[in-house]
Parts: sequence; C-alpha cells; structure tokens
Amino acid sequence: MEALNPTLETRESELVQKAGAGCREAFYQLVQSCERVLFASAMAILKNEADAEEAAQEAVLKAFTNIGRFRGDCKFSTWITQICINEARLKIRKARKHLYQSIDEPENGDDGDYFPRDFADWREIPSEALQRKELREALQRAMASLPDKYREVLILRDIQHLSIEETAQVLGIAKGNVKTRLLRARLQMRDALAPGFDGNWSSGRLDYVKVRAW
Amino acid sequence: MRVIEISCLEVWKEISNYIDNDVEPELRARMEAHFKACAHCTAILDGTRNVVKLVGDGMEYKVPEGFSRRLYDRIKDK
Repeated sequence: MEALNPTLETRESELVQKAGAGCREAFYQLVQSCERVLFASAMAILKNEADAEEAAQEAVLKAFTNIGRFRGDCKFSTWITQICINEARLKIRKARKHLYQSIDEPENGDDGDYFPRDFADWREIPSEALQRKELREALQRAMASLPDKYREVLILRDIQHLSIEETAQVLGIAKGNVKTRLLRARLQMRDALAPGFDGNWSSGRLDYVKVRAW
Repeated sequence: MRVIEISCLEVWKEISNYIDNDVEPELRARMEAHFKACAHCTAILDGTRNVVKLVGDGMEYKVPEGFSRRLYDRIKDK
C-alpha cells in the first residue's frame, strides 16, 4: 500500500480536491479517518459484520464516484456516513422483502411519552465490571432489544460521539427527533440493564444486591 | 431565588438533554431543585448517566480484521 507522505499535513479540503481529481490515495486517506464510524453506523442497522462491511464498501465506492457533489458544507465524515446509512437501509429493505411479514418498525411513535419502567437505584457501576463478560453481553442484548431507530441514534451519539447536529444530518431527521430518540434509547437501555443488575456484576458489593431481588 | 416546581414527568422528558448539558439554565435550576427532593428521579438520572458511560466505554464496533485493506483494494480497483 503506497501511503501518502505523512509529513504533508494535508487538510480535508485539499484531500477532497485531490480525490475529486481522481486521486485514490487522497480519497483513501479521507476514508481511513472515518472507517470506524462507517462500520459502526452500518452495524447499527444491519447487525451483522459481513453485511455491514459490504454496505460500508459500497458506500465508499459511491462516495468516490460522487465526490464532485460534496460541497464541503458539512464534514466529509458526515457526508460519507450519510451515504453509508442509506446503503445499509437499502440492504435491509432488500433483505426484508423476502419475509412474509414486514418487521419494519412503525414509523410513528416518536411523540408519545416513554416512562422509565422502574426506579431501581443503581447509581454506580464499578469500572472493573466492564471487564466482565456478563456485562458486555448484557449491553449487547440490551442494545439489540432497542427498536432500530433508537439504536441508530444511540450508536452515533453515545458510541461514535457525533454531535446532535451531525447525528441529525447523517440520519436525515430533525434535531428534535434525535433528542427524543436518544432519550428513549437511554431510558430503555437503563430499563433493560437494571433487572440484570442483581449483584452479579457488582464485584460482590452488597449494596447492589439489595436493589433488585431477581 | 425561588425555583418553580417541575413534575417528575417533565424531568424524565428532559433527563437526556440534562445529561448532555443541553437545557436552559432556568430549567436546569428547576431540575436540580427537583433532584434534591426526589429520590426516584435522582435514581433515574444516575442510572441513565451510567448507561451513557457504560455504552460509551464498554461498547465498540471494532472494524473487522483486514477491513481497511479490503477497502483500499476496492478503491484502487475502482
């Protein structure tokens, strides 16, 4: 792989210009800096590594073909993530066509209130608990249990740390919707995790065991 | 300063914005006054904050081995 001279601190706009002129190396450099967010956003939708990689690759090739349309009014990473999310959605729609029954989420339902399910008081989670396989698995299960549109927002905001504005841009929704979905996602994650928080993750600290009986 | 009361329901609606430091100072003060008086909402706040931290620290989508290389190859062959 022929790398560009790393001492050249080429700015994004210069790389975009070079890529626009057909320079693959410049384009690759642009893509490399956002490949994690591309993969994560495709995973948020497709939930499968192979499909997510394929969607990300397709998105990258589309972005290369269409780089002339990128006007620089948002970050390159925002623009290409948008393309990637569209690719992933196309892919999932194609896959779902084969099912007898649509498993699409109803599109309405952003407006009603979500009530936290219980008041289990788990204030603090010891950091060593993160090393625990059980907790990682519980997180993954909780994440998988979220409706697609909540999971997408949670991944972009709380894992990839995109801003509200960037999240709104890449998903093509209003900022207010991002906030509402994020609230739902976070509260539902909390509800999904609280029942499992029975002391198994608490490194033997009894104060957690008392909180929930199961 | 007298802080106007706020209901639990209103607090829940804003809890995520509160965590993101995305509420007006006036609302923030009302929420803080509520948290001082309401153990339930404080528990929800702490739990939700935990979730944000856990998700941020504990979950990641590592790109698969060779992802970058395969991407490069696709671009090169385009």
